[in-house]
Amino acid sequence: MSLIKTSYGRRSFLKTSALAGGGMVIGFSWLASCKPSPEEIANLPKEWFEINGFLKIGDNGMATIMSPNPEIGQNVKTSMPMIVAEELDIAWNNVIVEQAPLNTKIYTNQLAGGSQSIRQGWDGLRMAGATARHMLKQAAAQKWEVPLEEITTENGVIHHKKSDQSLGYGEVASLAATLEVPKEVALKELDEFSIIGTATRNVDGEKIVTGKPLFGIDQYKEGMLIAMIVHPPAFGMKLKSFDASEVKKMPGIKDVFSIKTYEDGFNKSMFDADAFPELVVVVGNSTWEVMNAKKALKTSWEPFEGYEDVFANFSGDGTFSKSVPAGAENTESHMEKMEELSTKLAKEVRKDGDPEKAFKKAAKIIERSYTAPFLAHNTMEPMNFYADVTADKAVLSGPIQTPEFMEKSVAARIGLPLEKIDLQMTRQGGGFGRRLYGHFVVEAAAISQKMKSPIKLVYTREDDMTFGNYRPAYHARYRAALDENNNIIGFHVRAGGIPESPLFANRFPAGAIDNYLAESWEIASNISVGAFRAPRSNFIAGAEQSFLDEVAEAMGKDPFDFRLELLERATTNPVGEKNDYDAKRYAGVLELVREKSNWSPESTNNTYRGVSAYFCHNSYVANVLEMVMEKETPVVKKVYCAVDCGIVVNPIAATNMVEGGTVDGIGHAMYSGLTFKDGKPIQTNFDRYRMIRHKEAPKEIEVHFVQNKEHPTGLGEPPFPPIMGSLANALYKATGQRHYNQPYITQKKVVS
Amino acid sequence: MPDYKLNINGESHTINVEETTPMLWVLRDHLQFVGTKFGCGIAQCGACTIHIEGVAVRSCQLPVSAVGEQKITTIEGLSEKGDHPVQKAWIEHDVPQCGYCQAGQIMSAASLLNSNPNPTDEDIDEAMNGNICRCGTYTRIKAAIKTAASN
Ligand code: FES
Ligand code: FES
Repeated sequence: MSLIKTSYGRRSFLKTSALAGGGMVIGFSWLASCKPSPEEIANLPKEWFEINGFLKIGDNGMATIMSPNPEIGQNVKTSMPMIVAEELDIAWNNVIVEQAPLNTKIYTNQLAGGSQSIRQGWDGLRMAGATARHMLKQAAAQKWEVPLEEITTENGVIHHKKSDQSLGYGEVASLAATLEVPKEVALKELDEFSIIGTATRNVDGEKIVTGKPLFGIDQYKEGMLIAMIVHPPAFGMKLKSFDASEVKKMPGIKDVFSIKTYEDGFNKSMFDADAFPELVVVVGNSTWEVMNAKKALKTSWEPFEGYEDVFANFSGDGTFSKSVPAGAENTESHMEKMEELSTKLAKEVRKDGDPEKAFKKAAKIIERSYTAPFLAHNTMEPMNFYADVTADKAVLSGPIQTPEFMEKSVAARIGLPLEKIDLQMTRQGGGFGRRLYGHFVVEAAAISQKMKSPIKLVYTREDDMTFGNYRPAYHARYRAALDENNNIIGFHVRAGGIPESPLFANRFPAGAIDNYLAESWEIASNISVGAFRAPRSNFIAGAEQSFLDEVAEAMGKDPFDFRLELLERATTNPVGEKNDYDAKRYAGVLELVREKSNWSPESTNNTYRGVSAYFCHNSYVANVLEMVMEKETPVVKKVYCAVDCGIVVNPIAATNMVEGGTVDGIGHAMYSGLTFKDGKPIQTNFDRYRMIRHKEAPKEIEVHFVQNKEHPTGLGEPPFPPIMGSLANALYKATGQRHYNQPYITQKKVVS
Repeated sequence: MPDYKLNINGESHTINVEETTPMLWVLRDHLQFVGTKFGCGIAQCGACTIHIEGVAVRSCQLPVSAVGEQKITTIEGLSEKGDHPVQKAWIEHDVPQCGYCQAGQIMSAASLLNSNPNPTDEDIDEAMNGNICRCGTYTRIKAAIKTAASN
């Protein structure tokens, strides 16, 4: 039996009598059509007893479990409560899940980012369930006057075998709620799990397929106005003036004004990144009326002077600054500058052995460069937020990945203390990192304050796609030195980007090659960037894995054998000490996918195959992609994925995440890209910005998980980067040409 | 502004809006049928798909004045109890990730099955190609459509 202390992080989270009842916010109860049906109401308990901040038990034995983290499609709203329910030991069909509001007194890390929800939530969620179960057992022991040790539980029922007594959780919930929180509680053994590891369908599934109002953009409240923004048409520009005299007379328009989202001198957190801090706002009765007014508005813009933008770092104990140069940027000159910098010495980040000497004495040097463009996140639900700011409080609600950070920014912006801000999270129509940057939350609050009215701020797709916080543009130049026996004796990566470098100097193949050099460079830009599904990995994985494929070929080796040999070296005799991966688990996913895909490097039946593997965000993924050419067009027939994310909490959703990451990865590498002319994004909607579509998706994806007992890790990001490598490698086999520049399909017409 | 009498999900609704107003915003803003989603506004993503007389139409490009007396079905009216074969198949396959595109996907799929009860893979690709899913649920959607077709 493993015991766990009931304090977590800095806080002992469990006794929350202050919350009682009132703290259990039924999210969205004001959304008319979200009301439960009469049958649902009839089945609800008459009274709920709060055992701790994560859960309450009803007098009929049902449990309400709060899902603390933002749901952006990574399925935490199902999987996090599953972990609580497991340790509570209750039947899953007796569980109601609710989205918790932001509450830093009870929950830690209410953030969706870095694929960390499950990994960081695991212990706390188990403890919350186990503590409640312990207290329910204690209550039964008191009631029956028997020793606690003799009490057992099973699916929401408490037993005392000796005296042959049983009762449901609901019967002792009121007593349990009054007990002291134990200092230490027992957790289940992993082999006792019955909910974790069992396919459990999305708790919002039925609401989604029947069109219930779940998303931020669906919110409606009596008297609510619609607000939209007009931002500069190009990066490097700012507002000069606007003329709203005509527009104000248009039907349904309430007001037109400009706002500064972040006033000068505002103490920004890193999630307040915002390329367009001054906006024109149009407010009116309905979306269509506001859209028309927005189009008719006369605005003029001017170039800004370069400046330094200062942000507090993640932990808030320091700051960093970004230089934002003046000027109107172009993709063409970006490409030239990147190419140029890639040939110059850059900042050395890691060096093992003597790479210079290795390259000097090499019999053969392979050198290749890879690029990828800016990407817009394009969550299918555009940015939006609801705000109702009055003199003494603010209610905000909508899709945001960083509620804790944005609550602080809103408080500072509108001049209310933190405790007067009530921030609720809706289900989110995708996140992918875009909703880490919540300038739109602050905008909504400022607009509501100014209008003295509840408002819903909605971005059009064009607003959303041209607002920045993009995935940076990247470049990587790789070199490998081979000796006369075709052994690899040196490895060099020099990577950079606009405005950030994608380099991970301590990741594979660092640690596997004696002479190793990693360098990094950056080019400042006024095009704003941010985290995008698996930041940096989303480029460097594909580049590195394509390069290794080419090196293996030059060495005359099977691409699996080559990678596994390097990983063997990193396991038995690693080079350097700071290697950011577990070489055995890395090799494990490669071996699994080799077996499952029945790998052979040769093409059979005109089917061409590519392999790749990568480790990021604590999980390992390898894949084999199979491609055929149909009328000169590559068609992805099948992808095999092997994944090591430790214990798989919810297999059906985990499989879905891997499939989705795979499709998304193929899509971005193959088709997507955002380019600029005179500071303006050329692609502003889905007519020109290419997203992968049904026809282009793999026909089949097979997902295999490594079975182990490791602490679970995330899946939102890890399946995304490596597939770009196997795609490039299969494309080479299918076309005879290496593809170095993303997106592959527009780089040149793929010809077999 | 003219009055429009619309037949939505078998019920009659009268609204007073400007004639160019797209059905998408009539549904979402004026009638609170928010199951129909806004994704692009230019008929490129399919999030706003509804049925006009059983046929999939992008409501963001359909002015209210063009509808007349034709029957409109939205995701809310696809079935009374959420048990349309397509909806059931979606649950069975646990298709949604973020879920935002799914109402549009379901409406496109239901319209396809109305006209073609046994679609081939190519038919599915063709009919669904206008519906974007950033989460990448395409393979599950195809499997769910096949399940729905077989029921
Ligand atoms: S919103 Fe109508 S197709 Fe995208
Ligand atoms: S499920 Fe998220 S966009 Fe399709």
